Amino acid sequence: MRKYRMDPETGKATFAIVQAEDEISSLGMVIGASWAGARAMTSTSGPGISLMSEFAGLAYYAEIPAVIFDIQRVGPSTGLPTRTAQGDVLCAALNSHGDTRHVVLLPASAEECFDMSVAAFDLSERLQTPVFVLSDLDLGMNNWMSKPFTYPDKPFDRGKVLDEEKLKAIEAWGRYKDVDGDGVPWRSLPGTGMPAYFTRGSGHNAMAQYSEKPDDYVKNVDRLARKFDTARTLVPAPVVQRDEKASIGIIAYGSSHWAVEESRDQLREEGELATSYLRLRGYPFTPELDDFIRRHDRIYVVEQNRDAQMLSLLRMDTDPTQMARLRSVLHYNGLPIDARSITDSILAQEKVG
Amino acid sequence: MSTDAPAPVKKTNRLNLDVTSYRGSKTTLCAGCGHNAISERIIDAFFEMGVDPKRVIKLSGIGCSSKSPAYFLNPSHGFNSVHGRMPSVATGAMLANQSLLAIGVSGDGDSGAIGIGQFVHSMRRNLPLIYIIEDNGCYGLTKGQFSPTADLGSKAKNGVVNDLPPIDMCALAVELGASFVARSFSGDKKQLLSILKAAIAHRGTSMIDVISPCVTFNDHEGSTKSYAYVKDHEEPLSEISFVPYFEDISVDYEPGAATQVKMHDGSHLTLRKIAEDYNPSDKITAMRLMHESLRRGEFATGVIYIEPDKDDFLTTLNLVPEPLAFLSQSRVRPSKAVLDQLMDSLT
Repeated sequence: MRKYRMDPETGKATFAIVQAEDEISSLGMVIGASWAGARAMTSTSGPGISLMSEFAGLAYYAEIPAVIFDIQRVGPSTGLPTRTAQGDVLCAALNSHGDTRHVVLLPASAEECFDMSVAAFDLSERLQTPVFVLSDLDLGMNNWMSKPFTYPDKPFDRGKVLDEEKLKAIEAWGRYKDVDGDGVPWRSLPGTGMPAYFTRGSGHNAMAQYSEKPDDYVKNVDRLARKFDTARTLVPAPVVQRDEKASIGIIAYGSSHWAVEESRDQLREEGELATSYLRLRGYPFTPELDDFIRRHDRIYVVEQNRDAQMLSLLRMDTDPTQMARLRSVLHYNGLPIDARSITDSILAQEKVG
Repeated sequence: MSTDAPAPVKKTNRLNLDVTSYRGSKTTLCAGCGHNAISERIIDAFFEMGVDPKRVIKLSGIGCSSKSPAYFLNPSHGFNSVHGRMPSVATGAMLANQSLLAIGVSGDGDSGAIGIGQFVHSMRRNLPLIYIIEDNGCYGLTKGQFSPTADLGSKAKNGVVNDLPPIDMCALAVELGASFVARSFSGDKKQLLSILKAAIAHRGTSMIDVISPCVTFNDHEGSTKSYAYVKDHEEPLSEISFVPYFEDISVDYEPGAATQVKMHDGSHLTLRKIAEDYNPSDKITAMRLMHESLRRGEFATGVIYIEPDKDDFLTTLNLVPEPLAFLSQSRVRPSKAVLDQLMDSLT
């Protein structure tokens, strides 16, 4: 940062890095900075995510951008702090009490970590909500071969920030009014001369006034659900490799990707099993997923946790009549997942029928 | 018959704003709550100092005190955050836009219990923030349980006696590095107003602990935070007068009768001696004072500690003068050549 982000004329920083006292505070600072209009992020692992949950709920409900990187390690609790897992999927997607849903990005490589960092800020400001980027210890701390990173081809998307012109265009602006029908309201930033509003984690109406009225509450949280549908159209789409002959599909995400690639070769060579493959890259789920599930007789969801967390999320969010097609390949001993484990598990489950 | 009396001239400040631009929504706190008086003084202080309300952010945590930012400065952006975490949100906001003026309102539970960690670290950083603790020694929103600032032996409304020693938030703030520390009483209009104006002029953390009796749960015989007790036991350290930089008034005192402090923005704070000599620029004197007044069961009020030239957190971070929030993309996204060069260096 000191090399690339010092103002050449003044020698002063165009950034601020703060070592916070704890993860509660670090997310608080990110929320404060984002609320005042800056792009801000924090990174942590599972225990930090647990500490952040109250603030994550505030950012969801008060609609404040925040980018949170979770380099997942093995839980629960301190768990195996030097080992890898994909055990924070549910914890990130549903972080905090009450009805909360968060946007989650799932990078599978070093270059995707770079690309998704760019995407996370754009999404977070566009949607005015926290975005969790789920890397893991294998991806985050081991040495990887990587393609050179690609320079972003798009300018920043700063989202719906109120200015003079927009203020005139909107009839009677309210902080939480759904002006465009996509569930995403327009926000004003302090110090810009735009109308102020009162930000709060307590119940509020479209004008940001305190409210405990049943109608106001329902309208507001329903709009948040609508906003989550908008997120569905903006998160990175899955990467699908379809084999037209295949009746078996594999769904995986994050660092499991590389072992799945190798396992598909093994399945073809050893079991003469053709497979299609969908690599998830974000949450909420996009329509490609439903389509993929319908096209295959059996789908194996490969993940690095004991409780099939992504499968659980799929159960919550996709067509229940399709659920019988879904099976799990689970790996959770703290070591990075390997192709052999996936191949053996799929072959064994296929044999049973 | 009507007379042709001229309409009264509206009183405006140096921005030509009248006091209504500094008011907030109607309070929902109890009638007689000390917090309402503090909100009134905040309104007066920002009005008299001629601060543009559009430049102010008001933040809070959770509790009775934390509701109060809704009751002053309606034209300012407000942020009612989560319990005990106002300081971190204020830190982030000030990092994003250092041209803002931040006022945080907290309570003795919000800052002394759940939020003590964030209180400690924000004091340590000397963030530019007016940090007010509306201190009533109890949790007024949940039936008046003792808070960590309740005095040893103080009696609750239900007769329970507090058996734990209090945390002195001012002593903590001085110890931790806040550069302006004061204590006042919600009933002492004149003193509180002067302290608030000085806090607006100060650059760095201004921590002001305002004893603010809870009329519903902590205003009875046996409580050390009741109106009657505080009135009897308030010991002002000095008579405070504050002259803002934009007013051309000089105040003369006999040598030795007063301490003059030049504030960061050029304003002057004059502390006129009342009983004994008190030097608010010495930490050790400040600590001794607070320990002694606690032992005597008194509240020493006034400016306890001041260090007007201490670097604040933003200065320490060496930020560009413009708000980070509004820097153009070209200033915060390094060029393609930089990325390419970086990638080449890894092959």
